[in-house]
Amino acid sequence: MVGYLVGRLLQAAVVVFVMSVIVFVGVYAIGNPIDVMIDPGASQEIRENLIRQYGFDQPLWRQYFTFVGNVFQGDLGRSMVYNISVTSLVFSRLPATLELVMVSVCIATVIGIPAGMYAGYKPGSIAAKAIMALSVLGFSVPTFWIGMLLIMGFAVNLGWLPSGGRGEIGQFLWFQTSLATGDGWAHVLMPAINLSLFKMGLMIRLTRAGMVEAMGAEYVRFARAQGLPDRQIVFGHILRNISIPIITVFGLELGSTLAFAVVTETVFNWPGVGKLIIDSILQLDRPVMVSYLVMVVLLFVMINLAVDLIYARLDPRIRLKGGA
Amino acid sequence: MADIGNLTGNPPSAPLETRALRLRNFWSDYRKSWIAVLALVVIIVMVVASFGAPWLVPQDPYDLAQLDWGDAFLQPGETGSGGYVHLLGTDNVGRDMLSAILYGLRTSFLIGISAGVLALTLGISIGLTAAYFGGRIEALLMRIVDLQLSMPAILLALVVAAMLGQGVGQIVLALVVAQYAYFARTTHGAASVERRKDYIEAARSTPLPTRRILFKHLLPNVLPPLIVVATVQVASAISLEATLSFLGVGLPLTEPSLGSLISNGFKYIHAGRSWLSIYPGVFLMITVVAINLVGDQVRTVIDPRNSR
Amino acid sequence: MTAALDVRGLTTRFETRAGHVTAVNDVSFAVQPGRILGLVGESGSGKSVTGFSILGLIDAPGKVTAGAVLVDGVDLRQLSDDDLRKMRGRKVSMVFQDPMMTLNPVLRVGDQMAMAVRVHRPMSKSAAFEHARKALEVVGIPSPAERLLAYPHQLSGGMRQRVAIAMALLHSPSVIIADEATTALDVSIQGQILAEVRGLADTTGTAIVWITHDLAVVSSLADDICVMYAGQIVERGTAEQVIDGPRHPYTRGLLDSIPARHEPGRKLPQIPGSTPQLSHLPSGCPFRPRCPLATELCTTEPPLDIRDGQAVLCHYPLERA
Repeated sequence: MVGYLVGRLLQAAVVVFVMSVIVFVGVYAIGNPIDVMIDPGASQEIRENLIRQYGFDQPLWRQYFTFVGNVFQGDLGRSMVYNISVTSLVFSRLPATLELVMVSVCIATVIGIPAGMYAGYKPGSIAAKAIMALSVLGFSVPTFWIGMLLIMGFAVNLGWLPSGGRGEIGQFLWFQTSLATGDGWAHVLMPAINLSLFKMGLMIRLTRAGMVEAMGAEYVRFARAQGLPDRQIVFGHILRNISIPIITVFGLELGSTLAFAVVTETVFNWPGVGKLIIDSILQLDRPVMVSYLVMVVLLFVMINLAVDLIYARLDPRIRLKGGA
Repeated sequence: MADIGNLTGNPPSAPLETRALRLRNFWSDYRKSWIAVLALVVIIVMVVASFGAPWLVPQDPYDLAQLDWGDAFLQPGETGSGGYVHLLGTDNVGRDMLSAILYGLRTSFLIGISAGVLALTLGISIGLTAAYFGGRIEALLMRIVDLQLSMPAILLALVVAAMLGQGVGQIVLALVVAQYAYFARTTHGAASVERRKDYIEAARSTPLPTRRILFKHLLPNVLPPLIVVATVQVASAISLEATLSFLGVGLPLTEPSLGSLISNGFKYIHAGRSWLSIYPGVFLMITVVAINLVGDQVRTVIDPRNSR
Repeated sequence: MTAALDVRGLTTRFETRAGHVTAVNDVSFAVQPGRILGLVGESGSGKSVTGFSILGLIDAPGKVTAGAVLVDGVDLRQLSDDDLRKMRGRKVSMVFQDPMMTLNPVLRVGDQMAMAVRVHRPMSKSAAFEHARKALEVVGIPSPAERLLAYPHQLSGGMRQRVAIAMALLHSPSVIIADEATTALDVSIQGQILAEVRGLADTTGTAIVWITHDLAVVSSLADDICVMYAGQIVERGTAEQVIDGPRHPYTRGLLDSIPARHEPGRKLPQIPGSTPQLSHLPSGCPFRPRCPLATELCTTEPPLDIRDGQAVLCHYPLERA
């Protein structure tokens, strides 16, 4: 098991390295940020100073290695737009995104999985068909437009909820979070629902498919032959079986939710990391872009690894055969 | 052991499965869901309307010469300076919304389908190659594909679009990069199963060139699940393009796009001028949902047929 | 003495794309306590469907449309869904063919068995485990306590099937239906389990319906034999009667084609043709197209001819050789 883990970690490291090179080269190939930053009428001398200051006069590979060296020292560079270190910039915005993602994932799971289970258990029923229809809507309709509709409906017309921004921050245990205040919840509700729709649609379909397959399985028939009532079969037997693929997809989709947060944060003006990346792309704030992307890659690789490990742990057929 | 046998009886000789017969069977199965048929009709109507837009609508909303500032913010149903009714109103520079939406739809279809076709081609090539040649080529190719699959499409598209700049070709390229992996993986999965089957072994032992085997023997049997993936991916491409345009990294404002229309209208929802962003969104939603419904039904029809 | 299992006129039909299919057609037989009935037939003869129909485990598009199934005198078909569920596993239980598919791979053996125990007899989990352990002992599994903690894939095929048999025995049912229970196992293990099953029937007085396609198994194991063809019972009698003196041409054909009963060197006889599709049965006797004795008369429904307790569904039943 240890050997497997080490192997996977090494693989992960290689992936991060390769991606970082690609990202670095790709980002630095976009346009010329100096032109964006300074007044076009500035003198040549000022330009060259700036270029030197940021190290743009160095050959690309040397810029890369400087970058890597800095990363290992914990320095991700300075944002060219905000002029503070990328690290502090990202970390100041991260909690907001995490709140959003957490709430939306909870909503998606708590509603999605039971709905999917019911749709799989009674596939012919009206409720099941309605659920499936809604799930199609969930992952087809573009997130940003639904977000807008939500704002139009609940904020502009009904005035029940605020139309954007993050709420007040309060203290919960040892965290500073907006989820600790009522106002915070009022602000997070719509964006979280908006973000959750896509994943909810997926979870419903996935759970339903798993249920349908499980219901037709031989062990279900055998359990019926023992006289087990349906409720016990579903919760005692089937749930264990379908939870494995569900958790796998859940983990993989976690990353995708983080990515989609970019859109939701833009629509709802949520001050998170997602909005940060959009703004930095539009403003060609290279250090932020590079660091953000490398971090995202790192995060994804780690999530994948974690999911693989959990999967191996949960499925006894794999766990007890050497875990590889 | 006295085994009576496992004969299930010879079926009466089946009619030769010609392509025409299969197509007819497919259609009669597909027809079973009236929703799916409705969706298909909707898509056809949308495609015809959007590609026929220059002849159908009174205004080319992207020809600046035809726009009149005085027509700005007309409500749906009002008449403009051109003398015709703006069924869905106008936007902040006097564009007729209906015309703009149809032009935008045309862009969506163009981009979605071309990205889909290109991603399909690229993905099939990679998947088939990996499955057929096996060994290290397969391991390397599929590693890359798996890696890419673990990154969400939107992020990939976002970054590539940012790198390449705005424009139709760039967007298509970004979408292809984001989407080819699904095709590659599906192809590889199906092809791996098929490759081990006897008829491929037989073909390999003949002097047929590899390309021939790949295209004439392997590919047709791998096609069914790909069709389903293709429909989903086209819908996804359309949605992605709209999202990218909305975020500002897609098409520039001078090119028609539903996404930028919505983004443009977003500023005005607080002012009560919601028609600028609602209607483009409605059309977008209907299109994407319709494509997904069609894909759903295609999947339902193809699946049990394969396992029979 | 009341029969442990008394099946009368059981009929099960399926609605398929090809039309109505009567998989089980007016099937009747009875099994006394402690006796083993062999239900023999090829694939597609309806024997497994009969087994499921007895337990009421037929799902749409199938449906049991007629007949009575009496277990210890109680007609299962008249029971409500809930009462029927309570009979399953307790009064009548079933062992399936492939234990790798019938045991849930992600649950421990003990957990699954405990569930089966507690559904009919509420008791603490540890008491249920103890009960399960004893059942495993009865079927001859060594170190039962350890086996309870194992997952199905950690046991050998033979042991898994023994677990399934143990689960069928948990509540000392009156009837056990075994559907091809040893077909998926090695021949040597098969022999062991067959011997144990015989012993179980003798000691516990359980009636057993042994469904199989293997005549040789049935000839050594069963007390009574029913031969099924195209959903109908074409011959029924004691094992002696059916094996030594078959009266239906089909049964005769089957026995003749067993290599072991045959003189070496001579050509092995076979029944010509193949099993019919249930959706396209010929009129009258279903065996007619393949029967060497068939005449015009055989296009009409054959009568049930009973002599000395041996029943045959044929116009021209053979004389005992």
